[in-house]
Amino acid sequence: MSVNESGDFKLTRRAVLAAGGASAAVTVMPAEAEPVPAPKPATLPLSVTVNGKRRDLTLDTRTTLLDTLREHLGLTGTKKGCDHGQCGACTVIVNGTRINSCLSLAAQHHGDEVTTIEGLGTPDNLHPMQAAFIKHDGYQCGYCTPGQICSAVSVLREIKAGVPSHVQADITAAPTATNIEMRERMSGNICRCGAYSNIAEAMAEVAEARA
Amino acid sequence: MKFDTPAGQNPIDQLKVVGRPTSRVDGPRKTTGTAPYAYERHNVAPNQAYGYILGAGVAKGRIVRMDISEAKAAPGVVAVVTTLDFPAPLPLGLANIAHLFGGAEVAHYHQAIAVVVAETFEQARAASTLIHTEYARAPGKFDLAKEAPDAPLAGGSRGGGSGTPPIDRIGDFAGAFAVAPVKIDRTYTTPGESHAMMEPFATIAAWEGDKLTLWTSNQMIAWSKSSLAKILSVRPENIRLDSPFIGGGFGGKLFVRADAVCAALAAKTARRPVKIAMQRPLMINNATHRPATIQRVQLGANQDGRLTAIAHASTSGNLPDGEPETAVSQTKLFYAAPNRETYMKLARMDLPEGNAMRAPGEAPGLMALEMAMDELAEALNMDPVELRVVNDTQFDPEKPNRPFSERHFVECLRTGAEKFGWSRRNPKPGLVRDGKWLVGMGMAGGFRNNILTKSAARIRLEKGGRLTVETDMTDIGTGTYTILAQTAAEMMGVGLDAVTVVLGDSDFPASAGSGGQWGANNSTAGLYAACLKLREAIAQRLGFNPTDTIFSDGKVTAGGHSVPLADAARGGALVGEDGFDPTDMSKRWQQSTFAAHFVEVAVDSYTGETRIRRMLAVCDAGRILNPKAARSQVIGAMTMGAGAALMEELAVDTRFGLFINHDLAGYEVPVHADIPHQDVIFLDHPDDKSSPMKAKGVGELGLCGVGAAIANAIYNATGVRVRDYPITLDKHLDKLPAIA
Repeated sequence: MSVNESGDFKLTRRAVLAAGGASAAVTVMPAEAEPVPAPKPATLPLSVTVNGKRRDLTLDTRTTLLDTLREHLGLTGTKKGCDHGQCGACTVIVNGTRINSCLSLAAQHHGDEVTTIEGLGTPDNLHPMQAAFIKHDGYQCGYCTPGQICSAVSVLREIKAGVPSHVQADITAAPTATNIEMRERMSGNICRCGAYSNIAEAMAEVAEARA
Repeated sequence: MKFDTPAGQNPIDQLKVVGRPTSRVDGPRKTTGTAPYAYERHNVAPNQAYGYILGAGVAKGRIVRMDISEAKAAPGVVAVVTTLDFPAPLPLGLANIAHLFGGAEVAHYHQAIAVVVAETFEQARAASTLIHTEYARAPGKFDLAKEAPDAPLAGGSRGGGSGTPPIDRIGDFAGAFAVAPVKIDRTYTTPGESHAMMEPFATIAAWEGDKLTLWTSNQMIAWSKSSLAKILSVRPENIRLDSPFIGGGFGGKLFVRADAVCAALAAKTARRPVKIAMQRPLMINNATHRPATIQRVQLGANQDGRLTAIAHASTSGNLPDGEPETAVSQTKLFYAAPNRETYMKLARMDLPEGNAMRAPGEAPGLMALEMAMDELAEALNMDPVELRVVNDTQFDPEKPNRPFSERHFVECLRTGAEKFGWSRRNPKPGLVRDGKWLVGMGMAGGFRNNILTKSAARIRLEKGGRLTVETDMTDIGTGTYTILAQTAAEMMGVGLDAVTVVLGDSDFPASAGSGGQWGANNSTAGLYAACLKLREAIAQRLGFNPTDTIFSDGKVTAGGHSVPLADAARGGALVGEDGFDPTDMSKRWQQSTFAAHFVEVAVDSYTGETRIRRMLAVCDAGRILNPKAARSQVIGAMTMGAGAALMEELAVDTRFGLFINHDLAGYEVPVHADIPHQDVIFLDHPDDKSSPMKAKGVGELGLCGVGAAIANAIYNATGVRVRDYPITLDKHLDKLPAIA
């Protein structure tokens, strides 16, 4: 694996097989066998723009986008709730689309634009959605909150952009920011404290202000 | 401050700040991702290494051998600590049933058996798969239904505050039940449930010589400090815990868990700070859960609905030395009836540790009792609201000389019925349709005790006039930062913005902590006491008479003189430190909180899927310190109750002895689409027996009864009674009314 001067990856089939084969070998090795030192982890340089700032990193290829943000860039606003794409706490916005950053390797995001909760607003300069969450008490413990807010901002954009959902009565009509429409689209973000009713109200306020 | 007589008029009664709906003071930090949770404290200790816990792959047995050579040789690995490094299990912490680490015995599935420390998370995780463990697996008991018939009687008392002697009899239940004109005798089951808080168990541990600091996520700082001292054989004064932000707990973080112990042990071996967040798939079997129950409720009544006989028996299982789920607790106090019998049985089992989860006892207990009340109302041809009204009691039914401090349950019922439009309910089930939907309404009573406990705090008037509150109290999403700031502002006559609240540090005065819905009332009462001390110190320094000094609008006024509060600290900061000691107030009065839950559901007549359409809770819980945050506590609990009624179930693999749905994909909790707009009404009945704050708990009350209200609404919609929670569509689909 290498990166050429333009910053593009040159990933060879051979390198992929070597990296993948190493982990396969240890799982099948019988317990009695002589320990074979595992090879050094493969790393990959990449550059990613986070909250408008270009960051150049060289990372273990197993590093998720989530751990890149939290452990390598100090952006701990994005949360790890499950690390398996089940809870939505790690939601960030990549190139304008929300994703679960735990399900995505950093290496997939070379050249991408990432917006995290820190990029939406700050305590002294809140994003309207952040302000609405405070006003409507759309959170309790706060752990799912950054993911909820990143999703909420994206959901309103998705509705505006006409992205359909299965709760629409007419899939060909333009979706609107109804209560059930927003709740359906937010259902990948679990809040165990159960602030859903308040989050829906915070989103409705922001949606109305924009309409 | 000894609290041994009902509170009189005091500065809190001004309600200039307290009692007002107030946005959380920690809101700007939580909504911008700048509130630091345990695993995120990169700056507190340099050179942090990553720990990864390995869980046992059997439910019961012994570890014969562990080969860690490959793991140790893996890239980046700093240290490997295994349970076999310790000849015996480490001592138990407070309320721990299964040991958290050490020794060859495996007591339950996914018990921590090793921790791998590496330079990176990826390296630690990969190396953990290179540990080869050989077990001698032993047979275990994993099926409650199978063990229940032979389970012995058991008493119990939980950290959550519920408690009961082994068997409790008042009057002659058997005789009264035999002759009761109308009776119900039903068995209900509730499954195991998981807290499933969003933030995993997480700790950063660092040693400096003999001194250990843990930045962790824990509800009960003082308990956990002494527990860790015991588990690790370290002097308590050498341990410091810091837990300023906690990503949910619901009882799961009341006690020390494996993350803290493993991080401390690993940091010692690695000779550098170690951080661990328990991986989600390990959490459900590694940690505690709400045990499953099998409950039998027998109700005998006269034709007018008055109960003559109540019996409630509950069987649950736990590890050896574990306690029962105290599902019969509320039945001892909720309804009048001269003849009563309650008891529990406890099967010794080998599933993971059963322990407190939000409203331990009452949450599953009311799911049974309040469904039985609905069945009785139907048998009586009586309105379920009226049935509860006629059986109200103003004193402890087991001790007629002991009144409730405040009990306005009937007002909850009446208010709720009116606001919800209960009169529109068709009492005959299965008859209301809305297109393909079968529509029904249900209600249930809610009950949970108000627990009084000691709580201390410190407040400092800084030079310049700012106030700083310090206590080891925790905010687990409860709004504690905010209500403490409100309390200080009210007592010292300043605005909220003049107060800074610092929480969760074990170096601060020991508080009530967060659990059993006791946090709000006790921790604010402790701060109230500290504020009284600071007021005295300020008056003294200003040369004012403390008894007639008024703190208001940022000024201190006495005898016609008025000076800015800040002037008192010109010569240096002033400190007030004290605690709340509730003495025997909760023995002299039965202190409880009450609710009436109303729910409307729609059940798809084709698929049996249930959708909740409306929810209302009316709560009687003393003075509400911050209606905004308290409402959130209640709607959150209602949401958890929706999960209990409709979807949450720890599915037991009875062959291998584990909860097989041990992550957030398999263990389903409510999501946005499941929860409609929710309404909450708080009655205004300050309780002067609870504390000078006149407040009571509310965080668990919202969960108590709501599951049964949903179940009763489903029955009203479908005419099919499902007595085994959760009410998933498969349990009633084949019995639904024919589709026209």
